[in-house]
Amino acid sequence: MPKARKVRRPKSAQAGGHMHGGPIAYIILTVFTIVSLFPLVWTAIAASRDNNRLAQNPPPFVFGSNLFHNLDVAWNDANLGTAFVNTTIVAGTSAATIVFLSTIAGFAFAKLRFRGRGALMLIVIGTMMVPPQLSVIPLYMMVAKLEWTDQLQAVILPSLVSAFGVFFMRQYLIQALPDEIIEAARVDGASSWRVVWHVVFPAARPAMAVLGMLMFVQTWNDFLWPFLVLSQTGNPTVQVAVAGLGRGYTPDQSLIMAGALLGTLPLLLVFAIFGKQIVGGIMQGAVKG
Amino acid sequence: MATRHDTAAPPAKEGGAAPGRPPAVLTDADQRRRARLSRRWQRDKRWSPYAFVSPFFLLFLAFGLFPLLYTGWASLHQVELTAPTDMTWVGMRNYTRIFDDDFFWNAAKNTLTIGIIATVPQLLMAMGIAHILNYKLRASTFYRVAMLAPYATSIAAASLVFVLLFGRDYGMINWALHFVGIDAIDWQNDKWPSQIAVSSIIIWRWTGYNALIYLAAMQAIPQDLYESAALDGASRWRQFLHVTLPSLRPTILFTVVVSTIGASQVFGEPLLFDANKGASGGAEHQFQTLGLYLYEQGWVNQHLGRASAIAWTMFLILIVVGIVNYVISRRLRASS
Repeated sequence: MPKARKVRRPKSAQAGGHMHGGPIAYIILTVFTIVSLFPLVWTAIAASRDNNRLAQNPPPFVFGSNLFHNLDVAWNDANLGTAFVNTTIVAGTSAATIVFLSTIAGFAFAKLRFRGRGALMLIVIGTMMVPPQLSVIPLYMMVAKLEWTDQLQAVILPSLVSAFGVFFMRQYLIQALPDEIIEAARVDGASSWRVVWHVVFPAARPAMAVLGMLMFVQTWNDFLWPFLVLSQTGNPTVQVAVAGLGRGYTPDQSLIMAGALLGTLPLLLVFAIFGKQIVGGIMQGAVKG
Repeated sequence: MATRHDTAAPPAKEGGAAPGRPPAVLTDADQRRRARLSRRWQRDKRWSPYAFVSPFFLLFLAFGLFPLLYTGWASLHQVELTAPTDMTWVGMRNYTRIFDDDFFWNAAKNTLTIGIIATVPQLLMAMGIAHILNYKLRASTFYRVAMLAPYATSIAAASLVFVLLFGRDYGMINWALHFVGIDAIDWQNDKWPSQIAVSSIIIWRWTGYNALIYLAAMQAIPQDLYESAALDGASRWRQFLHVTLPSLRPTILFTVVVSTIGASQVFGEPLLFDANKGASGGAEHQFQTLGLYLYEQGWVNQHLGRASAIAWTMFLILIVVGIVNYVISRRLRASS
């Protein structure tokens, strides 16, 4: 009997996801990582120099000694203290409200049977396609009429809705919350609110945390609407304040960079700590069920 | 392997397993209480789903749908920023006025070109990176987090940094280009360089994010599809073409739609790319987008009615783009 020859599969014919990445994969990823991080690192370098050094060739690649001075001046010039408090209030309120409302709505869409569920879910997905910026003019009229210009509620109220949030929580709860647990709670006589409070919220906690961070990042970085309703010096958010630094014909670039650095730093810290969870959350939200 | 309980356990005899309830003697009060509880139970079960979803829809009506429709209504009126409540009916005049304005068409063209320059390479690169990240790699979490860092950076901060990097005389990019023999490019004042520079801010911020979305979709593709393709002798490239891409079609469509919406709204990047020119988008309006043009008409020239007409024009364009997308994706699905 002829010995069966061991068939070696050609290397090119291996299956997709099981493949180990070769050196080229690492090189490409490293280059891309450098391109991603370089502008951030360089912001810090530029913020640590003085304006004259930035107007020379070659551009600086190492840190200078002016960092704290520049941060201090930028902080005061751009009213960043107020801006940080404002942005924290705005982003915190929005994120918390979005998480709460998205969880209960996502639970209803994932686990409850009711008339019109399919149609309403389609509307939710449809609203993700409507760009919020197209509504700024009537919103501005409302705010002007209510005399809310320069006040935080003008920024907070329109940012309390997130169709993405509803969709995200629905996707999570379909998998993470077994029907039996809800039924068991029901059999024990729990009302819908008790089910939400004692079953849904504990089960949804990881997704709520991720959604909260995503929404916090998004609201923190919001630009157009705060720019329209808040003044740049009186009562700005961080983004509005930082944008205001770029004005003037002979601006001090190192100060601008110091402001940009201050505006970005809190979120980079959040990313350094929770980056893995945020990545997981974005990937989770991307998969359709 | 899951145990099949229905075959593993002996079938329950009717009335055998659970002891029957003792015959209850119910007083009238008890019965009334039960009926009340059961009615409340029914009400709760029936209406609570609506209670759970209604806050979203109420907020959306107030801050999404109503303003959108009101913008359409305002676009048929003359409204000035100084007196936003005084509206004079002018019919289609706002639309004819902006369509006669060369700056509108200029802004429309710029929005289109910046949108293409920003979106096409962004999604292609994201796809490539996702493909690489889908290999087995060391430190893959680090790469994922690092390439998402730009997403944490605001438009304002990113734009200001890129203005410096793209500086004509002392910018890092021109300095690097002179090593390969390219003369200083005036990134702010020349048309195509400025549009490329503005697009690069968008590309920088969003490529990693889109790569993660593609990666998630790739990981959801069943492994046996690749294995059978490999058995048929398909190379990695053919596997990518014939397994990965078709499975990713819904995700690709999703990212194209989202990026198109994003591109039609571009505002902060060109506004800050030449902060002193502000709403005009460069000295020659060379990178003024529709978003900037809307802002210029509404808040600089104070014609809110005309700005509303621009907003609705943008909305209608998006609807057309959406329909085209839908038709194309249906064609693709039908042909495969």
